[in-house]
Amino acid sequence: MRYLLLISADEETAEQAMAAANGPSFDEWFADLKRRGVLDAHEGLHPSRMATTVRVRDGEVLLTDGPFIEGREQVGGLALIDCRDLDEAIEIAAGHPATAVGQVEIRPVR
Amino acid sequence: MTAVEAVLARTFREDWARIVATLISALADWDLAEECAQEAFAAALPAWRRDGIPDSPRAWLTTTARNRAVDRIRRARSGAAKERESAAAETAELDVDLDALDSGIADERLRLIYTCCHPALSAEARVTLALRTLCGLSTAEIARSFLVAEATMAKRLVRAKQKIAVAGIPYRVPPAHLLPERTAAVSAVIYLIFHEGYAATSGAELIRADLCTHAIRLARLVADLMPDDPEVAGLHALLLLQHARRDARVDGQGTLIPLDEQDRSRWDAGMIHEGLTVVRWALRRERVGPYQLQALIAACHATARTAEATDWARIAELYDRLLDLVPSATVRLNRAIAIAMRSGPDAGLALLDTVGDHPLLSATRADLLRRLGRATEAADHYREALQHTSNEAESRYVTRRLTDLDRQA
Repeated sequence: MRYLLLISADEETAEQAMAAANGPSFDEWFADLKRRGVLDAHEGLHPSRMATTVRVRDGEVLLTDGPFIEGREQVGGLALIDCRDLDEAIEIAAGHPATAVGQVEIRPVR
Repeated sequence: MTAVEAVLARTFREDWARIVATLISALADWDLAEECAQEAFAAALPAWRRDGIPDSPRAWLTTTARNRAVDRIRRARSGAAKERESAAAETAELDVDLDALDSGIADERLRLIYTCCHPALSAEARVTLALRTLCGLSTAEIARSFLVAEATMAKRLVRAKQKIAVAGIPYRVPPAHLLPERTAAVSAVIYLIFHEGYAATSGAELIRADLCTHAIRLARLVADLMPDDPEVAGLHALLLLQHARRDARVDGQGTLIPLDEQDRSRWDAGMIHEGLTVVRWALRRERVGPYQLQALIAACHATARTAEATDWARIAELYDRLLDLVPSATVRLNRAIAIAMRSGPDAGLALLDTVGDHPLLSATRADLLRRLGRATEAADHYREALQHTSNEAESRYVTRRLTDLDRQA
């Protein structure tokens, strides 16, 4: 089964909060992914204020500065994994340091 | 009921989950498995009347359901029913030996139970799936139990099954490191079903006994299949001990009767005995958890000959231990009540301030104030309680208290 992990947290405070949470480190999480051999792709993203949102209405391209949903909690990273089932995906997601301060959404890939 | 009908009803009660579990394993298609199992049960009545009751009703039903599934898949393959085609492709290996599959009997049902109660499904979805797939209730019956439209319930079931397939919820018994938490999730679903039946959250009847019965049956099944987990047995005992009071809990008008006013001769002595036996068995495992503690509390009530003879000191002590394990508003509220009974309403009232938000907080405060003779304050809190309940039997109870207070005033 293939899943996209959408890793999100409060952009302003996530980094400090993660350091303070004293949970698993990102390196440990990444090493675990490699060990399992489930990683298809993984990327970290620039902050959402760097985003540009595009809509086309009546043939006109409309641009907005920022993410498509405003809010403190924003997606900061993505991982595409190919693993056995949802239970393994949950295990992998739960090992990500962001889960201690934010959340990881697991989306099955079509 | 004729002999054939009786055997069929018993087989449905005892073997539905096992038949569906076997079929799901062979077909890898939940809907097809359920539909064919249902058809097999429908076909059994005329066939058994004609040919007599088979030696093994379960084997007959499983084989009949399997044959129906094979027919349907063949028809789908021939192109008549396009929508079944993908399912047919996936289940090309239909020549599985059903007897071999059946040898891991207990495991088959457990896989189904753990999948239906997977925590990635919403609580609503889990309850619905359990009633449909494990208990064999029809969509219409479940809809009636929860007072929602049949179409709404059907949609809920479709979505739940879709999520199982699309999100890759595994069809298996969880590995050892997940087992305790997943078994707790199964128990929670059973408790939810029971609770919906025991204190229906809305509607005219306080108790929907059929939901309680299904929950008890499921608890017994899981306890039998998981003999190493005394908490499941604790849950089974708790449900038995609570349900034993069902006939005494409401009067002829459907008004809730509080525990201390119930006619204890109307309690189900057989069910109490069974509950006590089960909880004793669980305690021997020496791993006491929240369900066993609650069962022990229920046992204290069940064995008190009169309300006055209730051992409140022991109950308060059990709530202390329960609070250590489950620091919830409900436990704090019930502990306050137990302490009020042991040490007087004043002691209980003081504790109510620490309970936090709870739907029965106002009614409880009102009860304690009434016992202290503070009628005006009690009436205020009863009126507040009235605004918090959507259950008609509970409303009638509070209204009765208010009327009593007015009469005294």
